[in-house]
This record gives sequence, structure tokens and C-alpha cells, in this order.
Amino acid sequence: MAYVAIADRDHDIEHHDPTTFITKYIWSQDHKVIAIQYSITAIFVGLVALVLSGMMRLQLGFPDSFSFITPNNYYQFITMHGMIMVIFLLTALFLGGFGNYLIPLMIGARDMVFPYMNMLSYWVYLVSVIVLLTSFFVPGGPTGAGWTLYPPQAILPGTPGTDWGIVLMLGSLALFIVAFTMGGLNYVTTILQARARGMTMMRLPLSLWGIFMATVLGLLAFPALFVSAVMMMLDKALGTSFFMPAIVSMGEQLDYDGGSPILFQHLFWFFGHPEVYIVALPAFGLVSDLLSTHARKNIFGYRMMVWAILAIGGLSFVVWAHHMYVSGMNPYFGFFFATTTLIIAVPTAIKVYNWVLTLWQGNIHLTVPMLFAIAFIFTFTHGGLTGIFLGNVVVDLPLSDTYFVVAHFHMVMGVSPILVVFGSIYHWYPKITGRMLNETLGKVHFWGTLLGTYAIYLPMHYLGFLGVPRRYYAMGNTEFMPESAFVLNQSITISALIVAGFQLIFLYNLISSLRNGEKAGPNPWRATTLEWQTPDTPPKHGNWGHTLPEVHRWAYDYSVPGYPDDFIPQNVPADPSIPAYDQGSHGPDHGTSS
Amino acid sequence: MTFALVFLAVIMATVIGWLLRQSLNTQPWQADDPLENRPGRGVIAVEPAKIALLSFIAVATSLFALFLSAYLMRMKMADWSPLTEPKLLWLNTGLLVLASIAFQLTRSAATRGQLPTVKTGLIAGGVCTTLFLLGQLVAWQQLNAGGYFMTGNPANAFFYVLTALHGMHLLGGMWVWGRTTARVLAGADARSVRLSVELCTVYWHYLLLVWIVLFALLLST
Repeated sequence: MAYVAIADRDHDIEHHDPTTFITKYIWSQDHKVIAIQYSITAIFVGLVALVLSGMMRLQLGFPDSFSFITPNNYYQFITMHGMIMVIFLLTALFLGGFGNYLIPLMIGARDMVFPYMNMLSYWVYLVSVIVLLTSFFVPGGPTGAGWTLYPPQAILPGTPGTDWGIVLMLGSLALFIVAFTMGGLNYVTTILQARARGMTMMRLPLSLWGIFMATVLGLLAFPALFVSAVMMMLDKALGTSFFMPAIVSMGEQLDYDGGSPILFQHLFWFFGHPEVYIVALPAFGLVSDLLSTHARKNIFGYRMMVWAILAIGGLSFVVWAHHMYVSGMNPYFGFFFATTTLIIAVPTAIKVYNWVLTLWQGNIHLTVPMLFAIAFIFTFTHGGLTGIFLGNVVVDLPLSDTYFVVAHFHMVMGVSPILVVFGSIYHWYPKITGRMLNETLGKVHFWGTLLGTYAIYLPMHYLGFLGVPRRYYAMGNTEFMPESAFVLNQSITISALIVAGFQLIFLYNLISSLRNGEKAGPNPWRATTLEWQTPDTPPKHGNWGHTLPEVHRWAYDYSVPGYPDDFIPQNVPADPSIPAYDQGSHGPDHGTSS
Repeated sequence: MTFALVFLAVIMATVIGWLLRQSLNTQPWQADDPLENRPGRGVIAVEPAKIALLSFIAVATSLFALFLSAYLMRMKMADWSPLTEPKLLWLNTGLLVLASIAFQLTRSAATRGQLPTVKTGLIAGGVCTTLFLLGQLVAWQQLNAGGYFMTGNPANAFFYVLTALHGMHLLGGMWVWGRTTARVLAGADARSVRLSVELCTVYWHYLLLVWIVLFALLLST
């Protein structure tokens, strides 16, 4: 029997509407509710990580002023801050949050292909978060091994949290990977199999290309973290020697023998580098759609953008060891990984050029989402440029253990993706809630965040060049550090606290607009993608009412000459009264402003 | 890491190759482009559950490949002392082969709608797999009795971890097998369980292949 596509047998599929409060809002299988559950959990845990970073900064800016920040606490804060931000906030928010919300809506489907597994994915994620946060309340507290959890120190006495903290950390990571795998299989299958009629892969909005490729990367890369977590757990719990070498700890010869800490580093970074792109690719995709919509212009070089996403995805697996230049690797390996690292800059740079060229001669609307999107281009370019420094072995060696690296990775995978998260929330909030966020508060939030983050991270590059070491609890009276370095540290701390304060404005806006926000209407940004064409706002269960949409064009028909509006939704058929040339067939890169 | 890289390169090349093919000869900016709308350019003509299973197999392949990479890197260290694998593993391998054959026969029977053969095949497959898992536990006991403890040597530790990992994947498969068998025993039509049987068959063949690779590696090192 020939296979019939999901979109073609929609009327034969039973769609069970949730009937009780529990099935509607708690054990919900609706992708939109699951997306909101993911997002709220991720933002909550991200706020915890933000508070931790504030406490770290208090210690660095004003050492010895806060008795509750001991050296052990400091390392615990660093570790939890890093792990939460990278895994439990950004990965979960981009894929579990935006992925869940946007995939079925943007492809014209009623839900994910496996809604039950989707629900399980969220609940396992929630358990992983609870396990992680539990480590704050166990004897010894959370692990202080650093977010990279390098052995042997991660499980040896002397490092904070070696009793329970590290066990809970490894357990929560394993749970997260299980949750991600369930979600990821759903995202991939749904994008491949549940697209509406006419929605070919090359008509997908770039948001979905980014989310799709990031999911593929996650599915293939997270096993490396799982492998390293399992083996480290066995080293810790059973006394095996996968990673643990023969070692004397606290004057006592331990039973470990012959293990390889470098093996752990390989496994960790085999996951760790693709993880950068698991976070970055969805951001690339989302920002492309924000720029195009708010510049009222088709994205420049759509096919090239797709190819760049594919190239970045493929190359991200062969650059991992640039995180390990200081581990004493063979210089030929160093040369190889420096080369691949520089090569991956090419498709990345293509994307940056295309974003800028999308803006070129566009009808730019400086809305709050657009402000965040444009700011992303700046911060990502800055972070990317310092990546070219660090990708070279000879430059990396002296800078590797300094604040230059902290500045680099925060710009490229901290600030940049978070700006996209903010832009995307301002952009899609009207669809999710039916209300607009307050624009004035949004602009205050934007400028405070952007200028504040520059005030934090630009000086850190300078500190790095001075040789100020990262990871240190206190600098002491180090002679090579001029007085200005200490003053800068204070300034960075004050900036960080101010930026944190600006996030409260965002939270207030998020909550108060639920009730007080201006009514949004179905398509307030006059956007082309399918999620803005739903019969209800917010979309109801099943998304599309009685009939699924049909797609007739790509997602970037903005300012098409000869058409009365400056946008043509994807589900609008070609109009025979308008010459073919004018119906979005004016070439990929030559959209004109209205 | 070469081992894992090769596997990942193959998977990524497949994924990227397929995606690239979608982008060739397209002009996505054209509305109602006949090239874009022609049949065959839409979804893949395969049930979503099969796509999900193949994706999961890719994830599992990545997991096993990374473990094997770690194995190959770790065995180069001076303290590595190979263990003597129990002879029982040969018998266990035979059982898993039988399970795979049983599933293959069940799949053919389900396609033809032969319910009695589907019942027999499912039960035979499940029994052989259960015996395989029990056999693996006995092999563990034999190793333990022979003094090959988990902490004694990394070679021992890898043996336990790899066999446990493989066994847990089989247990996951047994959950789906259990649901399918229960439906068949409750009187479900053979064709209505065709998809579940097919999924089980593909998964069992895959895990047989993984076991053969693992077993060959354990024997040869």
C-alpha cells in the first residue's frame, strides 16, 4: 500500500482535543503548551544562573567583601552558571521552546508527529533540571569542577561537590540527553514528514533550517557527552580507571591506574564544539527571519544561507580539538584543527554578509525585535573575530587561560544567542499570547542590555591581553596587573549588575503584557510565514481549524513589485493578474523596498 | 576518535547529501513553481515511525562508535590487559542471530497477513532475545568468578559497559516487542501490527550487527 503523506490524510486522522485542565495545561501533548513549559522552565533556571554570575562578579570586582562567597562557592557558581546557561537554558529554549512552538506552525502541521513522546521529553527535561538544582541542597553542594568537568580534579577531594554534586550533575546531564533525544527525534521526523502540501524543504523558513540542523547536530553530538558522563560516573562510583590516572591525592595513593584525562577532553569537546552550533544555528535561522520581516525584504541568498547551515553543521564535527591546544597535542594536529577552524569561518561569514545585504536598501522598521536582530549582527561579528584569534595555535596558547577567552565565548555564544532569544520573544509573543509587549519597555530593555553587555565584555578582552587569568577566585597582589585592571574588574561587575537589573524590566513586561498588552491581531508584523496565518490567535489545539493550509511560495515574498501589500503570505496562490516576474520570481537577491 | 569520525562522516554525508539534493534545481523564490510542486519533492514516502527509528539508529550508532573510539584510545595505555572472553558468548551470538531470523520471518508473515506465523515468530524472537540477555548475565558471572572484576582492568570495565549498553538497547526493543505481542495475543489483525513488527525487525537486525562488531572487537583485542 502506497504511503500517503500526513498532510494528505488529515481528515482521516483523529485529533483528540484535551478535555480536562490536566491534559490541557499540565500533561499536555500540544506542542504549543509543551513549548511554553520548556520556555518557562528554561528561563527560570537561566535566572538562577544569572544570579550565580552576579555573585561571581561581586567576588571578582570586590574581592573579600562578601563573606558568603568562599572559594568553594565561587567554583560552584562558575560551574553551575556555565552548565545551566549552555545546556539547560540555551539548548532547551532554542529547541524545546522555539523548536516546539514554531515547527508545526511554520510547516503547516497540527502538531508534532509523536505528541506523547514530545510530552515525555519535557517531563524528563524537568526532572533533569530538578536533579541539577537539587545539588544545591545536598552535603558538599554542587560540583565546582568547572562546566567542562575535567578529570581528574572533577572527582577528587579538594574540588567542591565531589560527594554528591558531581554525581547529580552527571545524572542530570544523562537525563537531559534522554529528553533531548526524544524531542530531537520528533523535530526531525515532523519537519521531514508532516509538512503541508507545497511546503518543500526549500520553502522552509530559515528558522526551521537552523532548528533542523541544530537538532541533527544534537542527536549526533550529545552521545559524546553521554559516553563521557557514564564513564566518569563509573570512575567516581565504582572506581574504574577510564579517565583517572595513577594519582596521589591528599598524600594518599589512590586505587586509580592508567586512565587518560585527555580521553575525556576529546569526548567532551567532540560534543562541546557542535554544542556551540546547536545553540548558534537556531539563532542564525531565527535572526534571518526577524531581519527579513522587519526590513520588509527577502532574505539575501536564501539557498546560500541553507548551504552555509549545512556546511557549518558538517564542519562543526571536525574542529573540536581547538579547545585543547594547551593539552600538549601534536603540532600537526594543532595545524589541522586550526585550518578547519578557519574554514568554518567562511560559511559563517557568508551568513553575516547576507544578513547585512538583507538590510541593504530594505524598508527597515526599527521595532524591538529588529533592534535585537541588528545588535546580534554586531555582537556575533565581534565574537567571531576574536574566534579567529583563538583558532590559531600560537595566539591561543598565551590567551587560552585568560579573560580574553571568557570575553570571546560570552560574545559569540552567550550574548549573541540571548539577543536573538529576546528578539524572537518580542517577535512571537503576540502570536503566543495574542498581546503585544510594551514597546517602550522593550527599547529600554534593549539599550540597557546591549550597552551593558558591551561594558562587560569589551574590557574583558583588554584584561585578557594583560594576562589576567580566568578561573581565579582572587587575583591577590599580582605584579603584572596594573591598578587599571582592578578598576576595570569593578566596572565590569557594576555593569553586570545593571544588566541583570534590566532583565527585571523584561520580566515585568513579559508578565504585565499578558493582561495589559495591546491586542495583537493575527499578524501584527505583516509577516509571510504560516504561523501568522492561523485562524485563531493564539492558535487553538490543532492549529488550523478545519483545513490545513497549502503552501504556494517561499517565506520571503516581501515588497514584491506589483502587489498591493508589501508581503505575500506563504499560503497565497500565485495571482494570474500579476505578471509572473512580479510574483516573487524577481530573483533571490533583488527584492526591492516599498 | 577516528572511528567515531568515520561513522559520523558517513551519517552527516548522508543527511547533508539528501538535504543538498532538495536544494538543487530549485528556484524557491518562484511562486507555484512547477519544479517545487512536482510529486516526489514533498515528504519521503515512508511512515514517520520508520524515519524516527532510522534517526534513533543514527543516534545509537554515534553512541556505540564513540564508546568504541574510547575503547581503542584507552587500550593503547600501558595498563591494558586483555581478558579472555567466555565461550558462552558464541552461544549467545547464535541466539541473537536466531532472534533476528525469527523477526525477519515474522515481518514477511505480517505483510502476508498470516497471523499464526506472526504469533509464533514474535514469541520465538522474544524467547531467543530473553535467552541472549540471560546468557550475557551468565557470562558476567563467569567473568566475575574468574576474577575479572570491573575495577581490575580497563579492558574488563569496557567489556561490562559495552555489553550492558547493548543489553539495555535490547531491553528497550523488548518493550516495543512486548506491546506488539500483547496486541497479537489479544487478537489484533496481522496487518495492523505490520509496522510494529517491521520496526522491531529493523531494530533487531541493527542490534545484531552492533553485537557482531562489538564481539569481533572484544575477541580481537
